[in-house]
Amino acid sequence: MDGLAGMPELSEVDVVRHFTRLSTWNYGVDTGMYPLGSCTMKYNPKINEVVARIAGFAHQHPLAPAEASQGSLLVLKLFEEALCEITGMTACSLQPAAGAQGELTGMMMIRARLEERGNPRRRVLIPDSAHGTNPASAALCGYEVVTVGSNERGLVDLDGLRRAAREDAAALMLTNPNTLGLFEEQIEEIVRIVHDAGGFVYMDGANMNALVGIARPGDMGIDVMHINVHKTLSTPHGGGGPGAGPVLVSAELEPFLPVPRIVRVADDRLEASVDAPRSVGRVRAFFGNFGVIVRGLAYVAANGPEGLREIAETAVLNANYLAERLGETYDIPYRGAFMHEVVFSDKWQRACGVTNADIAKRLIDYGFHPPTMSFPLIVPGALMVEPTESNGREELDIFVDAMKSIDREARENPSILTGAPHLTRIGRLDEVAAARRPVLRWKPET
Amino acid sequence: MLGTLGRHDIEELFQVIPPPVRLRKPLQLPPGLSEPEVLESLGQLAARNTAARGFRSFLGAGAYTHFAPAHIDALISRSEFFTSYTPYQPEVAQGTLQAIFEFQTMICQLTGMDVANASLYDGSTAMAEAVLMALRITGRKRIVVAGSVHPHYRDVTRTYTRNLGIEIDTAGYDTGSGQLKAEGFSLDGTTAALVVQSPNFLGGVEDLAAWSLAAHDQGALLIVVVAEPMSLALLRSPGDCGADIVVGEGQSFGIPVSYGGPYVGLFATREKYVRQMPGRLVGQAFDGQGRRGFVLTLSTREQHIRREKATSNICTNQGLFALMATIYLATMGPAGLREVAEQNWQKTAYLAGRLEGSRDAGLRFSGPFFNELVIRLRRPLPSLLARAHAEEMLAGLPLGDYYPELEDCLLTCVTEVHTRADLDQLAEVILRS
Repeated sequence: MDGLAGMPELSEVDVVRHFTRLSTWNYGVDTGMYPLGSCTMKYNPKINEVVARIAGFAHQHPLAPAEASQGSLLVLKLFEEALCEITGMTACSLQPAAGAQGELTGMMMIRARLEERGNPRRRVLIPDSAHGTNPASAALCGYEVVTVGSNERGLVDLDGLRRAAREDAAALMLTNPNTLGLFEEQIEEIVRIVHDAGGFVYMDGANMNALVGIARPGDMGIDVMHINVHKTLSTPHGGGGPGAGPVLVSAELEPFLPVPRIVRVADDRLEASVDAPRSVGRVRAFFGNFGVIVRGLAYVAANGPEGLREIAETAVLNANYLAERLGETYDIPYRGAFMHEVVFSDKWQRACGVTNADIAKRLIDYGFHPPTMSFPLIVPGALMVEPTESNGREELDIFVDAMKSIDREARENPSILTGAPHLTRIGRLDEVAAARRPVLRWKPET
Repeated sequence: MLGTLGRHDIEELFQVIPPPVRLRKPLQLPPGLSEPEVLESLGQLAARNTAARGFRSFLGAGAYTHFAPAHIDALISRSEFFTSYTPYQPEVAQGTLQAIFEFQTMICQLTGMDVANASLYDGSTAMAEAVLMALRITGRKRIVVAGSVHPHYRDVTRTYTRNLGIEIDTAGYDTGSGQLKAEGFSLDGTTAALVVQSPNFLGGVEDLAAWSLAAHDQGALLIVVVAEPMSLALLRSPGDCGADIVVGEGQSFGIPVSYGGPYVGLFATREKYVRQMPGRLVGQAFDGQGRRGFVLTLSTREQHIRREKATSNICTNQGLFALMATIYLATMGPAGLREVAEQNWQKTAYLAGRLEGSRDAGLRFSGPFFNELVIRLRRPLPSLLARAHAEEMLAGLPLGDYYPELEDCLLTCVTEVHTRADLDQLAEVILRS
């Protein structure tokens, strides 16, 4: 049954029609507002797509000799330097293929440095508001995870952190701004506590879109971080990848960066060097997701320092605007000065028998992509909304109207919500049944 | 909008950031460019890749130059595909989800395995994830990796496992055939898995069925790495040979070499191991009216539910590039794939034939090959490479950096894009140098 014989035999036009039809069943950033929190679903400039397809980039073999690859090597170097400037960190590796791999790489570097100091330590501290990749990455480095609580304002609880930051704590993994959209105001004290205990501070840079040109992790004393090129620097999410998760470090951790390193040799020639005895090693074949990096570089080049800062300002303004306009209709469990996103909850609608999932599904009928609901875990019934800079006031107002209308429906006719979406090709799918007896591939009928 | 917030200045929104860590000067980056300037500036950088245009490249070694039909790029440029995110909301992501289901199906068919995931970052990380999975399944702590597995892939596995307290032994290759050599390493009751690449980094096709028996005799798993998946259209499938996990690099299926990425990692295994798999999985589901659709499933394996106990820290797949591979495979179909694979093999055999009988150059190994050859040269490599470069050819990869004992050897890859004239010219350069 298996083997080539089971595969489709189609004409080109059949293939084109099939996949064109599939595409119409998708919602993308180009379709409309996509306020998926912590995912930074901003507009993906079309020029970046053109640039990545230039033959000199697209058809360059990764093992071509360095003298014939100076263009690609320079792209990597320029992007490393731009990211160092944006984050205030000392050095960068573009090897990691995604944010999660950047985290893993960063934690490996911390462990390698601690081993050199004589003791890798046992624990990694992670705030309870963190994304699930943080604990998974720490575990893969052989660390036990200790959860640090949040205080009543949704920020890291400093007393809890002091208790947890003992001599066996290797690092704190901190997302800043955090997943509640709040800037960790006590960042200097947080860093001091961890450093005083001999540990390192890892910053998950997933939410850097709020900070570009505004504040730099390097200036906050962060030791190592990653940045999501597919979030902050506009490269397309592609239905779940490819992304890129460059990792950036302080001078102390630079020797541990993965190989190859892009180094300048005589006459300003660039080379990819594997001569780095303290490096954690290679984390991916070749040079990382080069095609994503080219797009990111084009974005930085197009916007320049002022454009980048204005992007952060607009993203923050938009999030605060939504918090202000919807804050009396939907509960905001942790109110504060929002950065890139705001987390609402379904608390006030639950009494009507509807949940965050129902609200999210109903938003689809209004023409919007739903917000994030799976985290932060500290907010039951979360609706995490990140408008990004890519929505003007008019679009935001339409979103506000939709959310208010949904709230009215919840009170007057909740079944509209619990049965939503109504306007899609298919309704809610039975995910429980799908997981109980998984059908993960097509098979010919016997 | 500031007025709605009761603010006068955008600065007020950032007052929570402590003054010492506020950036008070502009980022030291070049001023923003207009669109034509961006195109010009990046175009100039691309032009410094002097061998990317016009050159005939015979480089392979994990990144293969195959022909990609134009409609692949046209279809993935539909912004409903490329501007969407991971399909968390299935009602508005059926396009992505169904495409992944088709991808999973075709990867199973090609590899002869029961289940395939939605893809991983690339071949190298897929291999590392396979090793982690084998450690979980067997509870053992030792891995045997063939030395003829792609050196980058072996490096990545070493990096991923460096903090897990495991032992990795390398098994050598037979200096005559270029295939994995039976002597010099042992599989025993502590071995979690044997990792074999076929065709291997030296171009050799391995006897997977024999290695499957050897691994299974000791209760170890066989992990098969396929860096050049076009070979699957011609060779007996790894699943048929008894592999427990098949990982690979899907770049050959319509994806440009693009200086090494993004690519798409392939990952397939047996039904019984599905709950130990890393990565996203798409499954069939039905709505309240019995309409068929697709959802992300078995997510209790994953980091957003299981956190530190997850099977992997991986968050997404390589969606758009899995889609490229899916479109490529659907377009070529069984007959097209076999034809491409046959052309690869025949053209490679043609080049091998051109070198036959020469005193100056010849095949280093005697074993079966697919589309890569290790060519040994009597005269120094640099002069050959320079001569090829002068004729606008990249003749292959010098192997000395990876295998010091092969410092007089070149790894050369021939695919369907090469013409007879290209091969004749390459043979001339090799024989003359």
